Amino acid sequence: MTGEVLRSEWTKMRSVRSTMWTLISAAVLMLVIGGLLSFAVSNSAEESAEFSVDQALNISLGGLQFAALAIATLGVLVISGEYRTGMIRTSLLGVPQRLRLLAAKVAVFTVVSLVVTTAAAFAAFFLGQAFLGTKNLDAAIGDPGVMRAVFGAALFLTASGLFGLALGALIRHTPGALVAVIALNLVLPQMAQMLQMLPGEWGPTVARYFTSNAGTLVARVMPAEGALGPWTGFGVYLVWIAVPMVAAAILLRRRDA
Amino acid sequence: MTVPQQEEIRVPVGEPGSMSVIQARRLSKHYGQTVAVAGLSFDVEPGRVTGFLGPNGAGKSTTMRMILGLDRPSGGDVLIGGKHYGDLRHPLRRVGALLDAKAVHGGRSARDHLLCMAQSNALPASRVEEVLATVGLSAAAKRRIGGFSLGMSQRLGIAAALLGDPEILLFDEPVNGLDPEGILWIRTLMRKLAAEGRTVFVSSHLMSEMAQTADHLIVIGKGELIADTSVSEFIGRSSQGYVRVRSNRLAEVADLLGAGELHADHLRVTSMSAGDVGVLTMKAGLPLEELVFVQPTLEAAYMELTKETTEYEAVAS
Repeated sequence: MTGEVLRSEWTKMRSVRSTMWTLISAAVLMLVIGGLLSFAVSNSAEESAEFSVDQALNISLGGLQFAALAIATLGVLVISGEYRTGMIRTSLLGVPQRLRLLAAKVAVFTVVSLVVTTAAAFAAFFLGQAFLGTKNLDAAIGDPGVMRAVFGAALFLTASGLFGLALGALIRHTPGALVAVIALNLVLPQMAQMLQMLPGEWGPTVARYFTSNAGTLVARVMPAEGALGPWTGFGVYLVWIAVPMVAAAILLRRRDA
Repeated sequence: MTVPQQEEIRVPVGEPGSMSVIQARRLSKHYGQTVAVAGLSFDVEPGRVTGFLGPNGAGKSTTMRMILGLDRPSGGDVLIGGKHYGDLRHPLRRVGALLDAKAVHGGRSARDHLLCMAQSNALPASRVEEVLATVGLSAAAKRRIGGFSLGMSQRLGIAAALLGDPEILLFDEPVNGLDPEGILWIRTLMRKLAAEGRTVFVSSHLMSEMAQTADHLIVIGKGELIADTSVSEFIGRSSQGYVRVRSNRLAEVADLLGAGELHADHLRVTSMSAGDVGVLTMKAGLPLEELVFVQPTLEAAYMELTKETTEYEAVAS
């Protein structure tokens, strides 16, 4: 019963060129930025240089924030595209149970995104480590926490996409949703980092818990002093996503399409 | 023990109790202070084309969207086969609808567009090819919909409506943007669908169009029901019919009859039949050039009825 809606959503996703290109561009950004960064670092590194596992990992995953932007855009597009074109009404004629439609969209997006970003994250890691390995600066996939961190990068990317999807479903307007997700996922977390310089406790706390500041921890091996744990951080990020998603679900049921 | 599937227990069309397929009861829709639909009650029955007529802005599309569960009524209720649209499982197999033909993702091919719809209702992919052939779009199946003309989009929308072989069809202004050939095609299609016993509910703001397609009319203006009647009754209600008399001795004819309105080249008589006019003028030896009863047009009847409810009226300057 639900399988048919999942198949329909997959057909929708694969049959629009812009969504497929956005997905591919996310993977390419991971590979190209991580690869270039690793290449540059290994070239300019002195013979005596030494990197921690976290540093080596981080360099190879240097494309993470850019890829997150692409995936978040994709998340916005898969739902706001339906509102922009009016296709949403056709979709709801076929599946009038609105939450079922939203759930199927979320499920298909999650699976597709996880497959692509996992492949991209591991490819970027191995490519980066190959460059760093020329100066013996590389980390190994078997080093403690590395496997989790690389897979964590894929989890963070997919979650970023769901953030976009939730905001797209809530705002129903492509430019508005894009601005919202870029602000919440990229710009405001950077600004929040500056709060850490403030004296007192609340500044650093806000910075720690703010969207991707918490969400990217799952893609790191050694969190900074006082930071949230990798899974706690990711959990906090999921809460940030759940809020607009639940609001979107409630409004989807109540609003006219 | 097997539990019958929902769609297997549908009541056969034509049996007592299933006659009213779409039932609207005191259906209303407000947008803030604006009233789009005000307490509409009507039934749409199978086996005939029911025209849903009203000027632009009368609330036709809003009513259709409420029937289809897209818009939530502010008051009242509307059921399809006794159920809310939202409670139908595999609704495309029971109800086909063409709303806005341009409300599709332009980046998708016609085939993929129909395929994702078919899949959502567990319809076989072969149905996609069948409906593409029915509407004459097989050759364009791989083309992106964004490049379609309005006429082609309209055909695609009709293909989508036919996808689940539904017994109820709703078309919102289906002839908009179609060329004469397309209009004839869609008219024939609607007649055929109704003849097969299906329920066909089609909206239009063009009376002339409805005159050629519909058996029954539901006329609304400013969201309110104006008429729910057969097409012939609707015409009969109008008092616009008259006898037109032409003669080279028109003034004498007018004097003789002692009735009618004298126009530049003809006399318009409403108080007697063409036969009576003929007998009287023959007896008086007055030659006539023309003696004809002018049928009231559906158009005129419609204009008269909706005159007071037209939302946007051209103001003579």
